Amino acid sequence: MNEFIEMGGYGAFIWPAYGAAALLMAGVTILSWKSMRQREALVESLRASRRKAPDEAMETIS
Amino acid sequence: MMHRFANPTRFMRVANAILPWTAGLTLLFLGAGLYQALFASPADYQQGETVRIMYVHVPSAYMAMMIYASIAVASAASLIWKHPLADMIARASAPIGAVFTFLCLLSGSLWGQPMWGTWWVWDARLTSVLILFFLYLGYIALLNAFDDPARGAKPAAILALVGAVNLPVIKFSVDWWNTLHQPASLVKMDGPAVDPAMLLPLLYMAVAFTLFYISVGILRLRAEIAGARIRNLRLGMTHD
Repeated sequence: MNEFIEMGGYGAFIWPAYGAAALLMAGVTILSWKSMRQREALVESLRASRRKAPDEAMETIS
Repeated sequence: MMHRFANPTRFMRVANAILPWTAGLTLLFLGAGLYQALFASPADYQQGETVRIMYVHVPSAYMAMMIYASIAVASAASLIWKHPLADMIARASAPIGAVFTFLCLLSGSLWGQPMWGTWWVWDARLTSVLILFFLYLGYIALLNAFDDPARGAKPAAILALVGAVNLPVIKFSVDWWNTLHQPASLVKMDGPAVDPAMLLPLLYMAVAFTLFYISVGILRLRAEIAGARIRNLRLGMTHD
């Protein structure tokens, strides 16, 4: 196991490369997912409030 | 045909249907790629174990350029046909491309220190990829520089197209100039000069990264479409 982590003495260079890839790829996935969920929820709530008070919504436009 | 899928709602229906498949296949290829890269493939006779950095570095470099090329094509389509979906594809792709460009530079640096004895040299290949990274950052900054995203789209698309000149410079930098970076060994006229045992992890990782781009790209596209709907709803101009 230790041998695997040491990677012939190059572990300090190999693992950060894989670690950074894992971290950044997971990071961009999570951020993209969160922003998608937030915006889609906002679309729904805007549509709901518009259905509830169409006259009010018309007033804010004009 | 093209117009049928250029409709954002219809496009998203297709994209959402393929998302579970691309996401699942991403994990599958990533698993197979990591197994090949870390366990099944041998150490290189010259580079030793550091050859394993290549299984992150080479696919990242390929993604950095492929995604930039996609942005340039989408930007051209957006400028010529003024289609909002082309614009959204370019916008959604940029951060993913920037991540892969950064990973390419970082993994290259981590390989360079033990193998070349330096983290960085200003040779043509490394410098042109660094310029690619700055192009991504500039493109993203320009997109977000205006309150109304529609205003930033055109200058950003022009920047993306002008910056595309850098792609052939990156590709041929190792032939045009005397670089410390090695010339191409995968894409060659007489076939790849890489052992099959090392070709397999490279291929798996490249496929995994491409599927990752498609999957996360769909998430980001959905966010872009929702963002446009929010603006329309707030302006009271919605037609759906």
